[in-house]
Amino acid sequence: MNDLTTLLPTGIQIGYLVAASLFILGLKKLGSPATARNGNFLSATGMLLAVVVTLLDQNILNYQWVLIGIAIGSAIGVIIAKTVAMTAMPQMVGFLNGLGGAASALVAMGEFWRLVHSEGAVPLNATITVILGIFIGGATLSGSLIAVGKLQGVITGKPVTFPLQQPVNIAIAGAFFVSSGFLIANTGDQAAFFTMIGLATVFGVLFVLPIGGGDMPVVISLLNSLSGIAASAAGFVVMNNMLIIAGALVGASGLILTEIMCKGMNRSLISVLFGAFGGGGEAT
Amino acid sequence: METTLIASLFVFVLAAFVGFEVINKVPPTLHTPLMSGANAISGITVIGAVLIAGASNNSTVTTVMGFIAVVLATVNVVGGFLVTDRMLQMFKK
Repeated sequence: MNDLTTLLPTGIQIGYLVAASLFILGLKKLGSPATARNGNFLSATGMLLAVVVTLLDQNILNYQWVLIGIAIGSAIGVIIAKTVAMTAMPQMVGFLNGLGGAASALVAMGEFWRLVHSEGAVPLNATITVILGIFIGGATLSGSLIAVGKLQGVITGKPVTFPLQQPVNIAIAGAFFVSSGFLIANTGDQAAFFTMIGLATVFGVLFVLPIGGGDMPVVISLLNSLSGIAASAAGFVVMNNMLIIAGALVGASGLILTEIMCKGMNRSLISVLFGAFGGGGEAT
Repeated sequence: METTLIASLFVFVLAAFVGFEVINKVPPTLHTPLMSGANAISGITVIGAVLIAGASNNSTVTTVMGFIAVVLATVNVVGGFLVTDRMLQMFKK
């Protein structure tokens, strides 16, 4: 059985293994000034390898859409990376992070849609991972955009609070939870599906609004960690280990970095996130 | 199906531990580049997007969602690595 149908999948998995190793090495080297640039290069090489071997997947038949998408995305990526001002870097990272979250949510949504329309029913574990993907991805997108707006000065940098804000947040999270249960009970229910997308987006907005503009780098770092988890969730949806590994790496390392950044400001993460509600920590 | 799910959970948890261990004592000047580099890696979701957009037995909605996801994730990846490199170039002097 040494034909292409068995060799190719093995080759793809080995490519993923090498790419995962390059990501780990790259992240490690990014932590020290002498090796950081080399680390970034290693990670980028890993990404290129992961994308190229994925294109060998035999389930991919619509190459024109995939290649056009990659071409458009690369062009936009190059242009904005070359033109953005050095002073606007935190916003830029936040913006890119939001796009990644949106992409993860779209992957979860697209796979859900495919399962509903081609198989009629969605298996329980697929539904659960789709729910996670939508919530984390959607909240990452809207939260990142609010953070960018605050850094850019489009939205006031002051904490935005209104009466009953915490109960409203909890109500939204609760409503999402109830819709999730409904979606699990009635797989493929489109009303519940769209309601959840809306709720996740609103949650991201309300979560970031009460945080002061000076704390936005910490928020972006936390959202970066979340977008890693979103990528992992998307990986569970399409059952792809490469996504799961890289997502988990970013999720965990992003969380550690967030904590390091908080310590650098002599704050705790809790006081950054909930400081506007009088939960300790001086105002920014 | 169940065994692959469990195997993937193992992979997830072990990779998370690697992620925790790989970051230590980062100097403050590297916080933003590290965040940016990690953000570019989270653009790995481009692979999921490619698989969704390229699958053959799709409804049009799935293909469109996959296509948009490919574009957004590629911007995240390409922009992310280039921006990180631009920041790190400043350290050379």
